[in-house]
Amino acid sequence: MSVISSALGFCFNLFEPVFRLGQKWLGGSRIGWLFVVPNLLVISVFSFLPIAVNLVYAVTGGVNLLPTERPFTGADNFSILLQCRDYTDLQTCRTDIFWRAIFNTVKFSLAQVALMLFFSLVTALVLNRKIIGRGFWRGVFFYPVLLSPVVVALIWKWLLQSQGVFNAGLVAMGSQPMEWLLDSSWAFFWVVVVSIWAHMGFYTLILLAGLQAIPRDVYEAAEMDAAKPFRVLSRITLPLLMPNLIVVLVLVMIRAVQTFDEVFVLTGGGPGSATTFIVQYIYQTGFAEQIHLYGLAAAASLMLAIGLMALTLAQLRLSKAGEAGKTRK
Amino acid sequence: MLNFLLRRRGRSRLHWTDWASYAYLLLGLLVMFGPVLWLVMSSFKTESALSQFPPTFLPYSQKTAMVAGHEQPLPLFTVKDEQGRSRELAQVRRIGIVATMVDPKQPDTEIRVGINERKPVNELKFASGNYTELFGKFAFGTYLWNSVFITVVATLITLLINSMAAFALSKYQFTGQKTVFVMIIATLMIPPTIILVPAFLVVSGMGLLNNLWGVILPAVATPTGVFLLRQYMLTIPDELLEAARMDNASEWRIYWKIVLPLAAPAMAVLAIFSFMWRWNDFLWPLIVLSKSEHFTLQLALNSFQGELNTQWHYLLAMTVITLVPITIVFTFLQKYIATGIAGAGVK
Amino acid sequence: MRFQPFRRMRPLQSALSVGLLSLAATAWPGAAFADIRVMCYQDGNECDVTADLIKRYETQNPGAKVTLDTVPYKTVVEQLPIQLAAGQGPDIARVAEVGGLSKNYLDIGPYLKDRKYWEASFGSTLPWMRPKAGETGIYGFLSQMTMTGPFVNKTLFEQAKVPMPGPKATWDEWVEACRKVAKATQTPAAIAWDRSGHRFAGPAISFGAKIFDASGNLTMDDGYKTAVRKFVGWHKDGTMIKDIWGGSGGSSYADTVGEFKNGRVVMVLSGSWQINRMQKEIGNAFDWVAVPNPCGPAACSGMPGGAAWVALKTTKSPKEVAQFLDFMAQEANYAEWVSRTSNIPSHAGVAKKGVTYPNAGPAAQAALSVFSSGTGTVSPVAYQLQGYKYNRALMLPTVTRVTQSIVGEISVDEAVTKIGTDMAEAVKQAEK
Repeated sequence: MSVISSALGFCFNLFEPVFRLGQKWLGGSRIGWLFVVPNLLVISVFSFLPIAVNLVYAVTGGVNLLPTERPFTGADNFSILLQCRDYTDLQTCRTDIFWRAIFNTVKFSLAQVALMLFFSLVTALVLNRKIIGRGFWRGVFFYPVLLSPVVVALIWKWLLQSQGVFNAGLVAMGSQPMEWLLDSSWAFFWVVVVSIWAHMGFYTLILLAGLQAIPRDVYEAAEMDAAKPFRVLSRITLPLLMPNLIVVLVLVMIRAVQTFDEVFVLTGGGPGSATTFIVQYIYQTGFAEQIHLYGLAAAASLMLAIGLMALTLAQLRLSKAGEAGKTRK
Repeated sequence: MLNFLLRRRGRSRLHWTDWASYAYLLLGLLVMFGPVLWLVMSSFKTESALSQFPPTFLPYSQKTAMVAGHEQPLPLFTVKDEQGRSRELAQVRRIGIVATMVDPKQPDTEIRVGINERKPVNELKFASGNYTELFGKFAFGTYLWNSVFITVVATLITLLINSMAAFALSKYQFTGQKTVFVMIIATLMIPPTIILVPAFLVVSGMGLLNNLWGVILPAVATPTGVFLLRQYMLTIPDELLEAARMDNASEWRIYWKIVLPLAAPAMAVLAIFSFMWRWNDFLWPLIVLSKSEHFTLQLALNSFQGELNTQWHYLLAMTVITLVPITIVFTFLQKYIATGIAGAGVK
Repeated sequence: MRFQPFRRMRPLQSALSVGLLSLAATAWPGAAFADIRVMCYQDGNECDVTADLIKRYETQNPGAKVTLDTVPYKTVVEQLPIQLAAGQGPDIARVAEVGGLSKNYLDIGPYLKDRKYWEASFGSTLPWMRPKAGETGIYGFLSQMTMTGPFVNKTLFEQAKVPMPGPKATWDEWVEACRKVAKATQTPAAIAWDRSGHRFAGPAISFGAKIFDASGNLTMDDGYKTAVRKFVGWHKDGTMIKDIWGGSGGSSYADTVGEFKNGRVVMVLSGSWQINRMQKEIGNAFDWVAVPNPCGPAACSGMPGGAAWVALKTTKSPKEVAQFLDFMAQEANYAEWVSRTSNIPSHAGVAKKGVTYPNAGPAAQAALSVFSSGTGTVSPVAYQLQGYKYNRALMLPTVTRVTQSIVGEISVDEAVTKIGTDMAEAVKQAEK
């Protein structure tokens, strides 16, 4: 313990003179800048600078990594990505895998939002009841959230493999074992399930916190009015929970659109391109294939960012409406 | 019907809705913990036990026997012969649908048996060798060290610079403060994918490719951390700071000796989050680290799942080891994590 | 402005100083012999044998230090190119994509004592490493010659009492025979090919694909289409298991040795570099043989190849690199290397004298001789493709698109068209 405190003391003494000096120069409130600078520096170097450079990549072509060796191509990359002879038939697109990835991502995100909201809500409602050992049960649902995506994917890969537990169950019930991850529809199904399994606990906690913030007298008043349970749910609980529901909706959406890790390890984007999502497309185009099309990857990622920002702005609008609804009470 | 979802029941007698709730919770327990438990049990099975179908829950391993004339121990099976008696035979080899077996007591005569006529003799055996061999076969200690190093160092730096920024944003008013805050929060909206390639370029330009610092530095300025700490620091009364200033304390002293200790609960939550994020980081280390001696556990796990896709026993053991630290953190600090998320969620 | 790390933990401090020291060590060319780093991947024991040779080199040249990094194949394929593009990387690497990375190679010709020896020994394959056709730089040498070709589970054939087709049998005859065997022995699949465009090219050429058009550019033709159609058809009718090609997305590599050694497939199309691994992992479980490449209407061809030791531009010690590579290229050392790793030599002198394979069991020896004599039936188109700088532009989309066709996402015709367009696109970008 004393080692730690002396080390802490050492660190303290290390920086104090720097700050005293800064205080003298910058005075009163501007000293705040000194505190904020390290964080800002890291963000600028590793987030903002790359965004700027990304724009450079998006408008250049070739396969070289260094921007100085890349020829300027203008909006070429965007047109390559977006060009389709017939927009109803994915096959006619120049980068059909890009379009498939977008389509898969949209499908996935919608499924995720709907199912995740549903299951988190139900679980939060159940956990909100007076049950023994709520802390324990809460932990049960939250545990998978802590596991890394690689671990999550491997666990499920092990369960789903042709000689795994699930197939054993099928055989026991008399049917044939299935190659779960080699069938396009099933692979997609399991990707959705695994994603929900791995992240549900997080959102359950948010909703649970929201539920517990609802004062009890609201319910007691409803009980005294002999209100029907369904009405209580739809007229009282859900509206009061709306801010949290919207937070969850946005978070789930953002995460779903950016899903990569667990899907990549579980299916590798396969079979074919059935579970290839947009982030994997970017990774594949820019990093994995031996002919690195950095320009296309950058252009695709830019479009992803714009789409995501649009979605988030839509959420802000919704949340304002939700706030307005709350004050109506 | 939706009764049970809505109200807390205070009665001492259990209502059917309580039963339904507990049933749901038990189902949840099975669904959430079941797969992990299955993983752990499977990791103790020997390689041959893993390829048995249907799989058993407990790690059974086939009994083996040393038979004269064969170097390796041979697996034992029970076989019914024509008279219906069962004998224990050792299998020399098996190709297709025919197994060549010998009676351990008469090792010279080989008997051909169809694969459907034999059943393995099993015993309960925990193949801890899966784990111990890992450290010998693969540079497992190195991967573990890399993961630990990255996680610990990144968490420490994160705590420092995030709390400094949060302090500045909550306890000061300076021009451009709002812009800075917006900039920090804006990074939340940036999907990491759009900066993959250029961030890689920046990191390699700084000479940090294949270097653990190349994984640590870009990750330390977490917007969630700043936000979380700021929210908490806003609740620290300003009078404390004023009093300290009147005693001629430097701003650094105020930060270090007053605000930080008071913000300890939020710092603890951030520490846990940071630990979790860095331990589980995958995509960015995948891109930055290519020399296998620098791999983290997650990367090693991923690269071996490609190479060893037929050596599940090592893969499973490795997976279990990878999830042990986070499980430990979880069991002891679960409460903090939950309250932290709850606090952050009610933005 | 880098943040000073906390000094509260001693392991941290020592790790840091170790890190800084090693960084410093690699930056300073101070010593008389600079240290060089070699990145190596192995199919069997290539890197282990190299480590032994390195020890000998260091003893013969006191002061020299060669560090060997053994990495998975995937690292060399996916991450080395990125490292090199960023201006980083080892001094020497053992690479499989010999032509594709050529712009990163260093010409060690000026540092070699005896150029004529190199040209006499490796003359036919030196051009594979040259960035521009027609130039005369020496960038490294092929550590071995490899050939793609099939391995067959002889024991299963015996159990099923089906005769193995002869040396000039066609793919259709082999498919037929293997199907019968699989059915009789309850084996899940008859045939499997490695998930690789390189493997696919051999049968494609046998089916009549010309790969190159009159002006030397990559092209899709009926021969290639036939190959794709047959391949997809074999998956659909159950001759091949879906796991290998259908199990992944994109163009990631997967080999069939795992399935073969577990007795899940009767015949696999892989290559000579797997012989050592086959021997080690199959052992006595069953009898396996290598057979000559089955024929198509146009040829009975496999694809030649070979991994190469190449000098990289990122090195700061070209002299030491040249010296080490020269050592490895000496006839005695080269012969020892291929002999211990059970590989076919690419060195003219060594090939002429013949190699003994003491580590190879009878099965491995037989397989090696089948592959060695198979070099005679390799089509010239195959050689041309292997030496073509952008051959990846053909091979990678083949894997992606054919997989899509196998899982039913697109039809065979669409797959072939798409391979064509992906290929043209990639070459266009690569040439920019």
